[in-house]
Amino acid sequence: MANKAAIIVHSGDMDKVYSALILGNGALSMGMEASLFFTFWGLQRLKKGGLEGGPLSKMNLLGLGKWIIKRKMKQAKVASLEKLIQDFKELGGKILACDMTMDIMGVKREDLRDDLISDYCGVGTYMDEAKDATVTLFI
Amino acid sequence: MAEIKVDCVGETCPVPLVETRKALRKAKEGDIIEVTGTHPSSKKEIPMAVKAMGLELLEVKEEKEGVWTIRIRR
Repeated sequence: MANKAAIIVHSGDMDKVYSALILGNGALSMGMEASLFFTFWGLQRLKKGGLEGGPLSKMNLLGLGKWIIKRKMKQAKVASLEKLIQDFKELGGKILACDMTMDIMGVKREDLRDDLISDYCGVGTYMDEAKDATVTLFI
Repeated sequence: MAEIKVDCVGETCPVPLVETRKALRKAKEGDIIEVTGTHPSSKKEIPMAVKAMGLELLEVKEEKEGVWTIRIRR
């Protein structure tokens, strides 16, 4: 078994994308490898300008809940999603984009942040990452 | 051998851990990394990461209430 975390980011909700990126960064910081496979609603967050665009998974209240939480996060000095994704890349984390989601949702490569994405791939690549990972999560 | 200081005072999870890892990646073997911070869990977790990566933990101290300093040799 490799000391590795393979995480599926299925949700595009802001709080869940936070969880995924914090866990990914945590794994890399502990000396592990890490990969994040963005699919379905998660993939929307890799669109240009889309990273911070997700709603809150609960009590979004048409964006009011998200606004309150974002303000509280700022007060608590929580890092932005942009910083977390840049740190994840800097520490050698892999970002995988689900190509089937791209087909279904009509997302083109030029719509996505190509600078962040290590590979455009499918379930086979994820399973190849996950088969010897010690930590696998579905978010 | 260089001594690298990382200031994480006021930062919260996972920033102190991530900034420590970033500094360790940039450091050369033998360099000393000194991280200062206030996030309580990181005081325990940075030493866990140091151990997991097989590096040398030189010192963990908290001279001022709530402000800790951790020294690591790459």
